[in-house]
Amino acid sequence: MTPRDPQGAPAIELVGLEKRFGQVHAVRGLDLTVEQGEIVAFLGPNGAGKTTTIDMMLGLSTPTSGSARVFGMEPRDAIGRGLVAAVMQTGGLLKDLTVRETVDLTASLFVQTRSVDECLERAGIADIGDRRVQKCSGGQQQRLRFAMALVSDPALVVLDEPTTGMDVTGRRDFWSAIRQDAQRGRTVLFATHYLEEADQYADRIILVRKGQIVADGTGSQIKAMATGRTVRATMTGLSDRELASIPGVDSVEMQGDSVTLHSKDSDAVARYLFANTNARDVEITARGLEDAFIALTGDDQQGARR
Amino acid sequence: MTDFTAPRALPVDDRIDLERSVPDRGGFNGRLLRIELLRVLRNKRTMIFTIALPVVFYIAFGMPQPAKWDGLDFNAKAYEMISFAIYGAMAASCAIGASVSVERAQGWSRQLRLTPLTGPAYIAVKVVTAMVAAALPVILVFAIGSFTGASMPAGAWITSLVLTWVCGSVFASLGLFVGYLVPSENAMQILGPGISLLAFAGGIFYPLAAMSHTMQTVASFTPMWGLSQIARFPLLGGSFDPMWLVSAVIWIGLFGAGAVWRFSRDTSRV
Repeated sequence: MTPRDPQGAPAIELVGLEKRFGQVHAVRGLDLTVEQGEIVAFLGPNGAGKTTTIDMMLGLSTPTSGSARVFGMEPRDAIGRGLVAAVMQTGGLLKDLTVRETVDLTASLFVQTRSVDECLERAGIADIGDRRVQKCSGGQQQRLRFAMALVSDPALVVLDEPTTGMDVTGRRDFWSAIRQDAQRGRTVLFATHYLEEADQYADRIILVRKGQIVADGTGSQIKAMATGRTVRATMTGLSDRELASIPGVDSVEMQGDSVTLHSKDSDAVARYLFANTNARDVEITARGLEDAFIALTGDDQQGARR
Repeated sequence: MTDFTAPRALPVDDRIDLERSVPDRGGFNGRLLRIELLRVLRNKRTMIFTIALPVVFYIAFGMPQPAKWDGLDFNAKAYEMISFAIYGAMAASCAIGASVSVERAQGWSRQLRLTPLTGPAYIAVKVVTAMVAAALPVILVFAIGSFTGASMPAGAWITSLVLTWVCGSVFASLGLFVGYLVPSENAMQILGPGISLLAFAGGIFYPLAAMSHTMQTVASFTPMWGLSQIARFPLLGGSFDPMWLVSAVIWIGLFGAGAVWRFSRDTSRV
């Protein structure tokens, strides 16, 4: 297959992406298009299918069905051209090499590269170039992975939990370097389970849960979904489907007679409950960001319904 | 902790280039090879097992031999020289083969899959590295031998050196097999003593000629027997026993098949 011209193609294009491992259905029909130059956060709890999706995006594993294309090409073709780089959470380093050798070796594999010194400097490890990888701290190893990702000057960089093990300064420097390169046209996709990190650094947040996208929007849109209140009541007579159709209700959880409704307009919901149902013991509480994030992505029995 | 506050920004008009090309030879290159070889030379354990040991063994056990053993018409020092050289070559290539599993355990193989380096290019790097590592003890032991009384016809020096090197290099397959069987850094701890044991059993540390008839028969069924006999053929002369080749092909084939079998079993999670 001849690769399409990468110039106008989306940086990432996932269509009906699915992955099964035996009984486990890790990714369940994921559609996603990321345009060039976007900074996208892939937000979800552990086990949501983030890493599995990233693996398919990078050509490290094959989808059970559906397709993943990068700059209009098969992932492996894009990687062969040095268009894509990735920073993984753990591993991927040879302990017996020095920091500089690791970046030099990586650089030797690509046709177009930036200088090794520049990458070491931008990753903040120019002063430990001669140190063996095994003697580096977790944060330094993470900076080294970042330097390796910079050396091919990729058009797309995929980061899986990129700041694990970094201290506060490390995180700040890392993100400032990422944003600088985004202004040069680099597309960035990073997986995280920190809502705050996603909100702070991404232009667009994709919420994933159980291998599916449950929300896709800007940080403020996601936060608007995440804010709102929780209305709890004891009641009978309405199914969860009927409850979900009450104006203003975003999601429903039921446990016997006890009903929990999430809403951005809790007053209207309470008014409706009093006027039209046998609801009693009504209780309205505010929910925080993390709480809402759990509601959107968490693994509760009833599931969050939008 | 390294501390830096203002990472140098690249100019915004230095746009990311989308027009890229794929490297020649699947990414195989001199810088990569140089770093791979450096890793071997820096590994103290590999150096001790594959270079120091055969040299010391030859000096301790090979050099003191008389020019000829009773009733045999070849140079005994040359016989011992070839034996210890091939042991070193086998240990070295084995160590390189086993290192592949360490790279997998450390996630390096996976990291390489995120670069343009192709599988064949990676294998080519490992083959060249194993052959260089195997050449070091062979050249060193042969050099010491030539200065300390080992003697052979000029042509036999060259052919036995090449055969010792090649027959030693193919033992990388055992390293690969054990490396994939024991996917951790313990592979070499098993292989080190294992190779010495095979060297005793196969008539490398202990001359076949000095063995009883029964022991010679047992030796002929062990993996190093055929390969080492082929390496000694230029010295021993006489007729070439096809069983040497059969032994070599079967054992190397088994190790290779074992490595492929183990590799394909857990390749889904590289």
